[in-house]
Amino acid sequence: MRFSGLRILREGLTGNRGWGPHWRSPDPKAEYDAVIIGGGGHGLATAYYLAKEHGLTNIAVLERGYLGGGNVGRNTTIVRANYYLPGNSEFYSHSLKLWEGLEQELNYNAMMSQRGILNVFHNDGQRDAAVRRANAIINQGDDAEILYRDRLRAMVPDLNYDNNRFPIQGALLQRRAGTARHDAVAWGYARGADQRGVDLIQNCEVTGIRVEAGQVVGVETRRGPIRAKKVAMAAAGRSSQVAAMAGLTLPIESHVLQAFVSEGLKPIIDHVITFAEGHLYISQSDKGGLVFGSYLDLYASYAARGNLPMVEHTMEACVAMLPAIGKARLLRSWGGIMDMTPDGSPIIDRTPIEGLYLNAGWCYGGFKATPASGHCFAHLIATDRPHEAAAAYRLDRFETGHGLMDEEATGAQHNLH
Amino acid sequence: MRIAGYGSVADARDVSFTFNGRVLRGREGEPLAASLLANGIHLVGRSFKYHRPRGILTAGSEEPNALVTVGEGAAQEPNVRATTLPLREGLVARSQNCWPSVEFDAMAINDLAAPFLGAGFYYKTFMWPASFWEKLYEPLIRRAAGLGALSGAPDDATYEKAFAHCDLLVIGGGPAGLMAALQAARGGADVILCDEDLTPGGRLQSEQEQIDGVPAQQWVDRTIAELDSYDTVRRMPSTTVTGVYDQGTYAALERHHGRGSSAPVACFWRIVAKRAILAAGALERPIAFANNDRPGIMMAGAVRSYLNRWGVACGERVSVFGNNDDAHRTARDLTAAGVHVAAVIDSRHDAPTSTEFRVIRGAQVCNSSGRGRLDAITLRSVAGEEKLQTDCLAMSGGWNPTLHLTCHLNGRPRWQRDIAAFVPQTEGSIGAVPGLEPVGACRGLFTTAQALQDGAEAAQRALEALGKTAVAIDVPQSETDAYRITPLWSVPAHSRAHGKPSGGFAWMQGRAWVDFQNDVTVKDICQAAQENFASVEHMKRYTTQGMATDQGKSSNVLALAVLAEATGQTIAQTGTTTFRPPYVPVPLGAMAAGATGQGYTPRRLLTSHAVAEDRGATMMEVGLWYRAAYFPQQGESNWRQSCDREVGYVRSAVGVTDVSTLGKIDIQGPDAAKLLDFVYVNRFAKLAPGRVRYGLMLREDGFVMDDGTTACLAPDHYVMTTTTAAAGQVMAHLEFVTQVMQPDWQVRISSVTEQWAQFSVAGPQSRALLDGLLDGGFDAADWPFMSCGRVSIGGVAARMFRISFSGEEAYEIAVPARYGESLFTALVAQAEALGGGAYGMEALNVLRLEKGFLTHAEINGTASLHDLGMEGMQKSDRPFVGQVMAARPGLVDKNRGRLVGLKPRDADQKLTAGAHVFDPEDTVERINDQGYVTSVGHSPTLGHMIGLALVSNGLDRIGDPVRVVDHTAGLDVICEITDPVFFDPEGERARG
Amino acid sequence: MRLLCPICGERDRREFTYRGAAVAQPAPEASAAEWHAYVHLRDNPAGPLEEWWHHQQGCGAWVKLRRDTTTHQMLDPLAGQTPATTAGRT
Repeated sequence: MRFSGLRILREGLTGNRGWGPHWRSPDPKAEYDAVIIGGGGHGLATAYYLAKEHGLTNIAVLERGYLGGGNVGRNTTIVRANYYLPGNSEFYSHSLKLWEGLEQELNYNAMMSQRGILNVFHNDGQRDAAVRRANAIINQGDDAEILYRDRLRAMVPDLNYDNNRFPIQGALLQRRAGTARHDAVAWGYARGADQRGVDLIQNCEVTGIRVEAGQVVGVETRRGPIRAKKVAMAAAGRSSQVAAMAGLTLPIESHVLQAFVSEGLKPIIDHVITFAEGHLYISQSDKGGLVFGSYLDLYASYAARGNLPMVEHTMEACVAMLPAIGKARLLRSWGGIMDMTPDGSPIIDRTPIEGLYLNAGWCYGGFKATPASGHCFAHLIATDRPHEAAAAYRLDRFETGHGLMDEEATGAQHNLH
Repeated sequence: MRIAGYGSVADARDVSFTFNGRVLRGREGEPLAASLLANGIHLVGRSFKYHRPRGILTAGSEEPNALVTVGEGAAQEPNVRATTLPLREGLVARSQNCWPSVEFDAMAINDLAAPFLGAGFYYKTFMWPASFWEKLYEPLIRRAAGLGALSGAPDDATYEKAFAHCDLLVIGGGPAGLMAALQAARGGADVILCDEDLTPGGRLQSEQEQIDGVPAQQWVDRTIAELDSYDTVRRMPSTTVTGVYDQGTYAALERHHGRGSSAPVACFWRIVAKRAILAAGALERPIAFANNDRPGIMMAGAVRSYLNRWGVACGERVSVFGNNDDAHRTARDLTAAGVHVAAVIDSRHDAPTSTEFRVIRGAQVCNSSGRGRLDAITLRSVAGEEKLQTDCLAMSGGWNPTLHLTCHLNGRPRWQRDIAAFVPQTEGSIGAVPGLEPVGACRGLFTTAQALQDGAEAAQRALEALGKTAVAIDVPQSETDAYRITPLWSVPAHSRAHGKPSGGFAWMQGRAWVDFQNDVTVKDICQAAQENFASVEHMKRYTTQGMATDQGKSSNVLALAVLAEATGQTIAQTGTTTFRPPYVPVPLGAMAAGATGQGYTPRRLLTSHAVAEDRGATMMEVGLWYRAAYFPQQGESNWRQSCDREVGYVRSAVGVTDVSTLGKIDIQGPDAAKLLDFVYVNRFAKLAPGRVRYGLMLREDGFVMDDGTTACLAPDHYVMTTTTAAAGQVMAHLEFVTQVMQPDWQVRISSVTEQWAQFSVAGPQSRALLDGLLDGGFDAADWPFMSCGRVSIGGVAARMFRISFSGEEAYEIAVPARYGESLFTALVAQAEALGGGAYGMEALNVLRLEKGFLTHAEINGTASLHDLGMEGMQKSDRPFVGQVMAARPGLVDKNRGRLVGLKPRDADQKLTAGAHVFDPEDTVERINDQGYVTSVGHSPTLGHMIGLALVSNGLDRIGDPVRVVDHTAGLDVICEITDPVFFDPEGERARG
Repeated sequence: MRLLCPICGERDRREFTYRGAAVAQPAPEASAAEWHAYVHLRDNPAGPLEEWWHHQQGCGAWVKLRRDTTTHQMLDPLAGQTPATTAGRT
C-alpha cells in the first residue's frame, strides 16, 4: 500500500478500515541467503539496502524484542554531518545525503527536519577547534558556517550570552543538519524491507552462531536453528555478547547514555543546539517536548537507565546555557546502551570468520548514521568489499594504529568519547 | 457548589483569584480545581491534538486535562495541574493551548478532520515536495502542538538542592505510610516520611471512614502528633519522591508553597535510605466509552475528594458509572451530603443495590452529550438504551496500584487477576528495587485495615533488617470492606443490534478516549494493531498513548487492555511499557538549583587575581581557572597592542606572569626517580638534586598525554609540573601508576597545585630583578639553565627554578600560596622599575609560539611523539608507560601530520588557527587535505604572523610552499613550511 | 549510586571517576598484541565485572570493585584486597 494524502482522505471517509500491516510477521524459514542479527535502525536499513541495491531478498532480520526497540527508538534524534576526521567526514556526508531523499524513497514520513545545528563554543581553544571542524566539513563538500556572537544572537536570542560562567563566543552552524522522528526511521526501513520480501522476525533472540571450519553456517535462535551463508551482526548495545557467540572479543565497552524530554511546550528552540561546555545538546520536538542529553553516565552498564549525577549535570547545563527553560519540567528520562570503542568511531568490517560481518561500535552517534550504516554494510555483505564511504571503519585499526578516528581526542579509554 | 459543613477548608480564608480574566473567589489552600468546580466551572483546557474541551478528571498529580498557565512575565509557569495548585490570594491562571478562548478555540476545527488525523497519519503524508516539510508542514504542526508556553525570559525563581540520609524512607502519607512510619519510629529508626500531599492522611482525607472508633482524620492527627514527638522522624509534606536510583538513592521534589517571592520555590532532594517503604496508594482508571472526554465526566474517587475533602459538589445531578464496589461509595457520600444522585450504572449483574439511590445493574454508559459540559449520558442495558440527564458522571474502571517507583530499576509488574490490575513484582525478582517494600494499596491491598496492617508489618521487617529492636504491633480497628471488581475496559459505541460502525460522521461519534490529553482513542489503538503495531511499545509509539504530561497514569492499563483485546492476547501477555523517572514532572530549574549564571561550576582564582583585576586585566577562563589575558594600558585601543607591548617586556626587559595554574605534584620516596623514569618517555633516573628536566609522558595507548618539567629538590624529593589542562589527568595517572601498576615502589605523591603560588620572571633584566628581590641578592653563576633550589624572599622560604617557556632567561619562583598576592605585587613593581611589567596569556602564547614550544593545541590528544618531532627523546633501555603502543606502525607513519612552523609568504598576510593545509597545486577538498594549523599569533619580534601546524610528512617539507585555507575567514594564502622554532633556534638567550 | 571506598566508606558516585574493566596489565616487554588486547579489547560482560574506580574527589584511592553491569549492584566488594588500598596509605 502506498501512503499519500489522498489515501488518508479515502480511508478517513470509509472508517479507516483499509489500513493494512506496515510489515508482515512471518515465521522464520529454515534457511536464508543471509541473516541480520538485530532489528534496530541499522539492521533494518541493512536489510532494506541489501534487497533494494543488491537484489538480496531471501534474507531475514532477527530481532530479540520488537523492531526498532534499541537505540533507534531511544535517542535524541539528531542528524548531522559535521565530523572532521578523514574516515568519518565522508561517511557522515554520505549519510546526510541519504537522509535527504529518504522519506520519498521509503514513502514514509520520518519528519526529517533540516532545522540546522549550532555547536556553541565558549573560548578561543574551542573556537579554533570549531574553525578546524568547519573547514573540514566544507572541504568534504558539506555546509558549515562560523557565527560569532552578534550573528548568533540574532538567530538565537535566548541563550545566556553574558551572565554565563562560560560566556558564549559563537557557534558552528550546519544548516542541513537537524532532527528526524526516530521511530519512523526504523518503521520506514522495516516497511521498505518487508515490501521487498525480507522476513522481519520479532521475538527471535539469537542464542548461538554456528561456525564450521572457519566459515559461518547459521545461527541458533529461540525459535529454532536457521541456516545462512552470511550472518551480519548489527546489535549495537549487545555487540559484545553477539560476537562472543562466534568466539570474538571486541574493542567495545557498553555504557549507558541518558536522554531527557520535557513536557510539551509551545516552540522556544528552533534549532538543534549543542554546547562545548557541559556537552549539552538540545532541540525541541514537533510535539513540543524539549529533547536533550549530555554525557554518558561513564560507567559500564547494560541497565538502560542512569543515575542522578548525570541527570543533575544535564539540567544544570540547561539552565546555565538556556535560562529561559528553568520552568520547563522534565517529563521522562531514559537510558540507552552504547557500544563505546577506543577511538569513539564505529566498525563496519568483515571478521576473521568467513561470512560473518560486524557492524558495531556506534558510541552515541548511531542514529544519524543509520542510512549510511545500512547502505555501506549491505555493500560489504553483498560484495565482500568495503563501501568507499566506510572503508576506514576497520576492525584492525586499533592494533595497527592506522586510521584511528578519535574525534574527542581523549584516547583509548572507552567511556571518554 | 459548596456543601456546608464539608471539607477541611471550611474555615479557610476567602480569597480572590483570576481565571481566564474572570475574578472569582475561593478558599485559601484548596486546589485551584476545587475553586473552579465550586464556581461551577468544568471547562478548563483543550486537548493536544483535536483541541477538544477538557475538564477536571482527577484530584491529584495524575491529572491529564486540567492544565493551566500561572503567572505573568518571567514568573509564567505553563502546564500547572489545577488539581494540585493550592489557591492563594491574587492567583492568576489561564487556560492554554486554545485561541482565542477556551470556550471557542479555533483549532477545534481539527476535531472535524479527525477521520484523517488518526493514529500515525503524519507518517503517511506531508512528503511532497520534500522541501515543504521545513517550510510549511512542520511550522504549522509546531505551532499547533505543544501545550503551555514559557515566557522566554530567564527563569527568575530560586530553587535549592539538598542531600538527606535515613534508616527508613517512607513514601506516602496515607494509612499504610503513616502506620509504617509510626511503627518504625517506635522502634527507634531514623525515618523520613515523604508525602506528595500538603496535608497527611492520603485517601483518608477524601473518605468518610472511622479508625479506632473515631473519624479517620482524628486518628491521622493523633498519629502525626506522635510522629512529631520523635527527634528521629522527619516529615516532608508536599514532597513527591520522583525517582529511584542505585544503592538506595531516591530523588524527591519538595514544593514550598507561599513562602514569599524571594524564597526558594522548591527543593530537589537526594535521599539515601538504607530501607524504603512505598505506600503510594492507587490511582483510579477511566472506562472508555463514546465521548467519555466531556467536561463533567470525572473519576469517581475524585468526585469524593472534592466533596469530602474540599466541600465541593461537582454537579447537581450526579451519576456514577463503575465496575466495582468502590464506585458506590461516591453515590453514598453524595447522597449523604444532599447531592442528588441520578443513578449508579454498574456493569456487573451482581452489583450491590441501594435503598438510597437508583442502581442500574448490568448496564453501561455508551455515550455522552453536552456543549462544553456534560448534560446527559446514554446508557445501555438489556432493556435497551436510555438517555439520562446528568451534569456530572463519576466513573470508575477500578484502581491501579501506584507501583511506578518499584519499576524504576527495570522491574516489571505482574498482573493480578482478582483486582484486575498490575501489582509490583515480588522482592528479589529481576529489576526489583533492593530494600524497597511496597505496602497497602500500591500492592493491591485496598482496604484501610489491610493498609494499616501491611504498613506496620513492613516497618517491623525494616526494623529487623536495620538491626533495631522491634516493638509490638498495635494496629487500630478500621474499614474492612472488600474490593470487588469485574473488569470492564471499553464500551462499544453501538450495540450489536444497532449495526456496525462506519466511516465519516458516525466514525467520529463513536470515538472513546483512552488518553485524554494526547487524544488517543480506542479506534486509534485498534488501528495500530491492525497496522501490526501490535506490541505494546509499538502501539505506544505509534499512537503516542501514554506520552502526555501524565505519562499515562490514567490511560496505560486501559490502553493495553484495549490492545490485548484487539490482538487476542491476555493483558499479562501484552505487558506494560517501561516505567521511567520522574514519577511526576520536575522543573529543570529545581534539579539544576544553583547552576544559573556564574553558579554553573566553581571558579578557581589565582592569588594574583585581585591584583590583576585592579590593574584592569582582561580575564579569560582556562578550565575552571581565570587567568589574565592581557593588561591594557592607557592609549591602547585593542588587545594586540597590549600583547605586543607585553611580548616586548620579555624580549627586551623583564616580564612577570602568574603560572600557578600549572599542575604541581610533589613526589617523595626512595623510588621517586623510578616513578619518573617510568612515566616519562625520557630518562630521569640520573637527574641530580638542584636540576630540572623537561619530560614528555604518554598515555597507555602510546599517544602523548602531557609535557612539563620536573625538578629534583633532593635525591628522594621531586616536584613535577604539568600543563594546566592536564593537571587532573596526570595526577590521576600517577595515582594509578603508584597504586596499581607499581604498588611495591616506595613513593608517595601529592598534588600541591593550590599550595604554591608560582610566578615566572622572564627577560634579559630578570637577573636585575632577582638581585633586588632575593634575600642576600642573586648571583647568576649559582643558577645555570635548568637548575633549581631554595631561596628566601623577605624571610619567606621559596623555591626557584630556572626554566623558560619564552626562550628568554627566566626564573619561576614558588612561594606558599598565602604569600602569592604580595609577591606578585612586588615582582610587578620591580619589573616596571626595570622597564618591564606584568604579561598575560596572550603574550605568553606569542612568546612560546616564537620558540615552537607546545601547548595542548599541539599535544591535542591525538598527537604521537613522532608527530611532535619528539620520538628521539624515548629511552630504549627501560620500559615506560605507553612504550609498546607508541611503536604501532600507525603512530610512526611518516605521512601523519607532523609539527612544523608556518610563515606567510607575504609578511602582511593573516593566518588563522583551524585553517587547513594543501599543496599549492591541489584543489581544496578533503582528499587533498595535508593537515591543519594548530596555533597562530602575531610575532612583534619577527614582524609577521606565525603559526604551528601538523602537516603530513611535514618535517621533510621544510621550505616548501603550502596553501593555507580557512573558508570561514575567507583566508587562502601561500605559506612556507618552516622549522617550528622561529626565534633563537640555538637557545642562547635562555641559557644566558 | 553509592560506592564503597575502603578508606572512606560508602560514598556518592559523584566523588569517583571511572576507568573501566580491571584488566590484568601485561609485562612491559610483552608483545604488541598483548598490549593491544589490554588497551582495547574487553570481555564486556552483561553481569559481574571487576573494574577500577578512582576516588578522585575524595582520598585519591584507586578502588577495584565488582559490580553487576545489568543491575548496578555491588557484589562482594574486593575492597581491602587491592594494592591500591594498601600501598601509599599506611
